[in-house]
Amino acid sequence: MVKVALIGAGKMGISHLSILGAHPNVEIVGVCDTSKMVVDVLERYSGYKCFSDYLKMVDESQPDAVFVAVPTKHHYPMVKQLLKRGIHVFTEKPFCLNPEESFELSQLAKQTGLVNQVGYHNKFVGTFKEVKKLVKEGFIGEITHFQGEAYGPVAVKKKSETWRSDPNEGGGCLMDYASHVIDLINDIIAPIESCKGSILKSIYSKNVDDSVYALVSIKSGVSGVISVNWSDETYRKMSTSITIIGTEGKIVSDANELKIYFKGDKFPKGYSKGWNVKYVTDLTDEVNFYLRGEEYSAQIDYFIKSVKGETKKDINTFDSAWKTDKTISLIKNQSTL
Amino acid sequence: MDRIIFGDNQFFAVNHISDEKSRAQSIKFKDDSAIIKTLDIARESGINTFMCTTHDRIANICDIIRNNPTKYQDFKIYPCMPYAHKYANAVTELGIPGTLKQYVPGNFLGSLFKGGVAYLSKDYISIMELLIDSEMKMFKGINTPVIFLQNVITDLLLGLGMNEFLVAYAKYVKQKYNAEPGFITMNLPKLLNVLENGGIENPIICASINKVNFRMSGGKELYEKVLSEGRCRVIAMQVLGGGAIPAGEALEYVSNLPNVESILFGASSRQNIENTVETINHHDSKKMDLKLNLSNF
Ligand SMILES: NC(=O)c1ccc[n+]([C@@H]2O[C@H](COP(=O)([O-])OP(=O)(O)OC[C@H]3O[C@@H](n4cnc5c(N)ncnc54)[C@H](O)[C@@H]3O)[C@@H](O)[C@H]2O)c1
Repeated sequence: MVKVALIGAGKMGISHLSILGAHPNVEIVGVCDTSKMVVDVLERYSGYKCFSDYLKMVDESQPDAVFVAVPTKHHYPMVKQLLKRGIHVFTEKPFCLNPEESFELSQLAKQTGLVNQVGYHNKFVGTFKEVKKLVKEGFIGEITHFQGEAYGPVAVKKKSETWRSDPNEGGGCLMDYASHVIDLINDIIAPIESCKGSILKSIYSKNVDDSVYALVSIKSGVSGVISVNWSDETYRKMSTSITIIGTEGKIVSDANELKIYFKGDKFPKGYSKGWNVKYVTDLTDEVNFYLRGEEYSAQIDYFIKSVKGETKKDINTFDSAWKTDKTISLIKNQSTL
Repeated sequence: MDRIIFGDNQFFAVNHISDEKSRAQSIKFKDDSAIIKTLDIARESGINTFMCTTHDRIANICDIIRNNPTKYQDFKIYPCMPYAHKYANAVTELGIPGTLKQYVPGNFLGSLFKGGVAYLSKDYISIMELLIDSEMKMFKGINTPVIFLQNVITDLLLGLGMNEFLVAYAKYVKQKYNAEPGFITMNLPKLLNVLENGGIENPIICASINKVNFRMSGGKELYEKVLSEGRCRVIAMQVLGGGAIPAGEALEYVSNLPNVESILFGASSRQNIENTVETINHHDSKKMDLKLNLSNF
């Protein structure tokens, strides 16, 4: 059994906790949250040992691994303390508020050899996994351009302030929303290393950006466009998609549906020349416990397996999340907001 | 429960395989009249049960049903609560206490908050009961013989080990609404054990059941074994495996499974609705014939 504790039982944390609770190789040894009500309910109905101070929890419950799902500004100090105590860490995305902090932690993680994973769950989505394979194996030839998009209904009217509306806490569309698609592109194509122009716009929020439009490129010079808007109420929930144009074909994919066009006769098994459509249902492995999408269960399972030494520990590492934080900061610095 | 139950995903742009199709559905069902028209087609095909989320727009559909009592005389609704997006959005915006203030009816909460958190902590089960009441308001005067808990909540509670809430839900629905409690889940075998341990015998469970193992946590073999034991009343949903299986083949598989009492499906066109109903009826009558033949021996 892997002994696991959780810090931050909010929307994301409670979902992790439920999946962890159902995991056959996990024993939950502690939960920490500063909200009395959250702690109260968990103690009483789940029987977990609860704390309001995470260091106290760690000292008392001696976990092998900790999940960090507090607002983003807390990630850096907490993860640092955990690594220093020799504890494996899964932390939510975005990793830190700036790439300097992320770099420090990714170095620390490397030195300690502890398992380190960040919650960019899209990497566990069947369609995006397949896109990565197709691109890496060169089936669409040389990439000439890409587009990363994400739309959804987070801020669709003027509303009360939460940590998501405070730039100092990791709020805003770029950090909270665009980070997902940036991270995907960094992984599937190559890290975005320059930004030629970007616009961060507030639509309903007072202090943070609600949409992000950026012209970017990777090291080799291949260009791309990022277009993200979390104030689009025509989407029922977040929809993330990528388009990749190559000399031998083109890919358009979201989390549900992968469309790929092959120009010529070079295509992998199971595909044909011209347009092909694959659904996530054909590309997804079943999970042991399903809560809200296979990818959420799969990423946790991967982390637990990593702690047990059963994986290559190379998906969503701190190092990859640091690169994403670097891209985020490039786009932010380039804009005029 | 009826053998065939009509679902509502298509009305609210819930398409598990394509964002484009979702958008097309949002456009098609923009007006309530389009929903009613499709429901009427389903009724003409012999379906009399509509299983639907407690989405705001269902309130309008309920008004129409209430205003046409003769037409909808035999019509039943199985509400599925809660409409999770509503609460998730509210929690993002207002936090948990703010959300409770907004959705828990009456002064109950006001007084609780005045008393502070310690006071509040006494009675989370009653808060759940009040939330059930608030979700059920729109169905007043409509026949709702089974009331479901949505899978996000069922499975969240299941993972958290909050079995008390699942049992309390069942008790309350029975006692207050004189209805059967139902549970939607993607983890049928695990849930069934928990419900049985909580003293709920032969529960109504709606779960993903299909030929390709789609969203059947624990695996198809385990599901088939549990079904064969006849320990629960099952509604099969997602029988097409998210679109992976041709309809004919998919329906043949579920129609012939033992102890699947009902099949839930949704469709937008007359042709798809009629075909589905005919196919299920066809397999059922084949099964009946087989049984008769066997009993003649
Ligand atoms: N992977 C995803 O798609 C995804 C989705 C949502 C959120 N997230 C990330 O998860 C993290 C949390 O977001 P959320 O939406 O769950 O937020 P939330 O506000 O719902 O939850 C945060 C929780 O942390 C608790 N908390 C705050 N400070 C604390 C402290 N010092 N010690 C202990 N507990 C503390 C709060 O009481 C609250 O319960 C963020 O980094 C966010 O970016 C990721």
